[in-house]
Amino acid sequence: MRFLAALAVALGLTSALHADEVTTTTLDNGLEVVVIEDHRAPVAVHMLWYRAGSADEPPASSGIAHFLEHLMFKGTETMEPGEFGDIVAAQGGSDNAFTSYDYTAYFQRVAADRLSLMMRLEADRMTNLAVTEEDITTERGVILEERNQRVENSPNALAREQMRAAQYLNHGYGVPIIGWKHEMEQLGMQDALDFYDLYYSPNNAVLVVAGDVEPDEVVALARENYGTIPREPDLPERARPQEPPQSAARRLVFEDPRVSQPYLTRSYLAPERDSGAQDKAAALTYLAELLGGSSFNSTLAVALQFDSQTAVYTSAYYSGRSLDDTTFGLTVVPEPGVTLQEAEDAMDAAIAEFLDTGIDADRLERLRTQLRASQIYARDNVQGLARRYGAALTQGLTVADVQAWPEVLQSVTEEDIMAAAREVLSRDRSVTGWVVPDREVLQ
Amino acid sequence: MKRLALILALLLAPLTARAEIDIEQVTSPGGIDAWLVAEPAIPFVALEIIIDGGATLDQPGKRGATNLMMGLLEEGAGDMDARQFQTAREGLAASFGFDTRDDSVVITARFLTENRDAAVDLLRKALTEPRFDQDALDRVRGQVLSGIRSNATDPNSIAGRTFDREAFGDHPYGSPVSGTAESVTGLTRDDIVTAHRNALVRSRVHVGAAGDITPSALGPLLDDLLGNLPAEGPARPGPAGFALDGGTTVVDFETPQSVALFGHRGLARDDEDFFAAYILNEILGGRGVQSRLMEEVREKRGLTYGVSTYLVPKDHAALYLGNVASANDRIAQAIAVIRDEWARMADEGVTAEELAEAKTYLTGAYPLRFDGNAAIAGILAGMQATDLPPDYVENRNGYIEAVTLEEINRVAAELLAPEALHFVVVGQPEGVE
Repeated sequence: MRFLAALAVALGLTSALHADEVTTTTLDNGLEVVVIEDHRAPVAVHMLWYRAGSADEPPASSGIAHFLEHLMFKGTETMEPGEFGDIVAAQGGSDNAFTSYDYTAYFQRVAADRLSLMMRLEADRMTNLAVTEEDITTERGVILEERNQRVENSPNALAREQMRAAQYLNHGYGVPIIGWKHEMEQLGMQDALDFYDLYYSPNNAVLVVAGDVEPDEVVALARENYGTIPREPDLPERARPQEPPQSAARRLVFEDPRVSQPYLTRSYLAPERDSGAQDKAAALTYLAELLGGSSFNSTLAVALQFDSQTAVYTSAYYSGRSLDDTTFGLTVVPEPGVTLQEAEDAMDAAIAEFLDTGIDADRLERLRTQLRASQIYARDNVQGLARRYGAALTQGLTVADVQAWPEVLQSVTEEDIMAAAREVLSRDRSVTGWVVPDREVLQ
Repeated sequence: MKRLALILALLLAPLTARAEIDIEQVTSPGGIDAWLVAEPAIPFVALEIIIDGGATLDQPGKRGATNLMMGLLEEGAGDMDARQFQTAREGLAASFGFDTRDDSVVITARFLTENRDAAVDLLRKALTEPRFDQDALDRVRGQVLSGIRSNATDPNSIAGRTFDREAFGDHPYGSPVSGTAESVTGLTRDDIVTAHRNALVRSRVHVGAAGDITPSALGPLLDDLLGNLPAEGPARPGPAGFALDGGTTVVDFETPQSVALFGHRGLARDDEDFFAAYILNEILGGRGVQSRLMEEVREKRGLTYGVSTYLVPKDHAALYLGNVASANDRIAQAIAVIRDEWARMADEGVTAEELAEAKTYLTGAYPLRFDGNAAIAGILAGMQATDLPPDYVENRNGYIEAVTLEEINRVAAELLAPEALHFVVVGQPEGVE
């Protein structure tokens, strides 16, 4: 993200709109256009997504996708640095950008009648970026301070980096999005331009426009503003190094005196949502809810927080939105006086019992109800919907997959969930991390 | 392109200067006032209830009682223990939030039209018949203490606590809403019952509602929900003295990036100069990368990822605060630039061009806030809590437009006090005294 907004945008739970409120088109130059209609307020969100994220970076230049995101605000052949943001602000709008493993996206939120101007500005910087060496030096200072703020000053973030690096043996998902510090310090103009020239092209982008707009008009404006940009003929097939079979449990102890609350976390390599094959990911979505999604009724909460006083906090995490293999995660924060070993044993015992006894039918039905309701609530946040489509389309899914997802979720059975659990919760594909202030607490 | 874009921007102005929402004022049969924006497009309702008082009502020695009490409202009510209550809530797919702030407690709720009555009944039990079972109390206390432990080694949290303590001393503002490890450990069930009796009172309620509900249905719903709360609460504390003078406090903490929180006195929300100060802040440090401080500290010098300033008009004190973070060997430079810009703004004020740009942004951005039921319910409750009338929504951009260059620059000279600016720096800053 280019800068932290005062208010973070909360992403809703998984769901989709009714099919007829979403329209898709592909321009002749390959740009995909997705329009989501919501006429409640005279607002539009304009988002341009590139199918290029940190996991697409060449070796030894980690952080270049995110660095380029920052540099995209530094001006073009005809625009001064910062002028883009000034123009958006002069419309009362806001703008920002974000980089992830699989995508980089730029967005503006404006009054709906300002859409054409936003498209012109965004199309301009797709092809006409102009960066000076001075920009490189100054902005590299900014991203290093961003890394300081997000990672170096946070023992939890540092521990997460070590966990992911251990989880992925071969895939770029093991490298932090913001980059390793020693490589960030060396990033230069040519790294940025090489990435830009190859990946910032209409045939590698998805335009998502959401809000008080008419699809025909949006497509006409997109043709006018983006349609003249030529496609990139040398865009490579998007094939990244994949994980080999993982065959050894990994363990790490992360020590940092700034940790005042020791905890343990476990991650397992897990399948993601694939186009036309989202069933296993749907089952894993339920599994995360069942194991750790409720502070009151999930397996870990009941066993470690209610039936025993082992933990002050438990959770499970899974997101199927990823181009390649994702992770399934568990976290336990023990009560004072409970060792990490005791907490881990209790966690493993609770999971073993879950695998033995299966799922309470009422709880499963309540989860189905909640997932259905989340479709209704999600419609309240049009920017969240725009993000959902943009992320899906840059992570190997189609609009049809996004729209099928609620039904896929509703059709998951207890057998599906138990089968997915047995497959994914495998020691050989796991990393277990203990995060402590000092090894002495382990004595 | 540069000129063309600007010309186009001018041609398009003025922007829709009014929010297109219709606020209905509702008074329930039992006399509870609420504001409603009815929007039937999506079958759910968002509610936000702000109750004045909040953590400032903590009794002496019981810091954190209100916060712990609010955390316990969803942990068992009526004939249901914590897990039974949550099972019922999950079955309805409703969500409730219970938050504690300095001057208020805030209850948010979101529930489907199809089971509205059952959801409201459940929330009513949480608000008016909480059980405060001892096992729940001990469990949630453990969670609060865990948070307090984590905050003890978080640089931002250390900076905030240090600033508040030095500024406000023994006033409730001088310590964290969540309390200290010692005070929270000492809280009893009686303390929680007292906090509940004091914090949730009908005469201090402000209700915002948005979504799929009519005014005639909202009134009885509010009587069901809030009618059983006691009418009046205890006296609120008086004004909080602000004891910090200019200077720097360094808190030694081993971490690579220093975190600085800075500020001095601010302006009350009902001060007649508030709008001028609001625009002034936008220009100095409020409006993201367009602000002067971001331009000088980040864009020109690359010294930080972010620097921002904000007016903090609390009910019993008013502050003008900001924050910045830079590597230990660069924070001194960032602080020097901020001090210089503070002084330059106090001396020279803003330019006519800066004022015009800020007005265009603020008036254009205002209508964009009203998107979504949850956002609207929050704005409606917040307006009532700050004593604004419903037609404020229509007039607010007029107040912004009315601020003149003379006025804002007079306020800049009065409000900004470079010699009073106090920095709390957490880290191992080099060259900071």
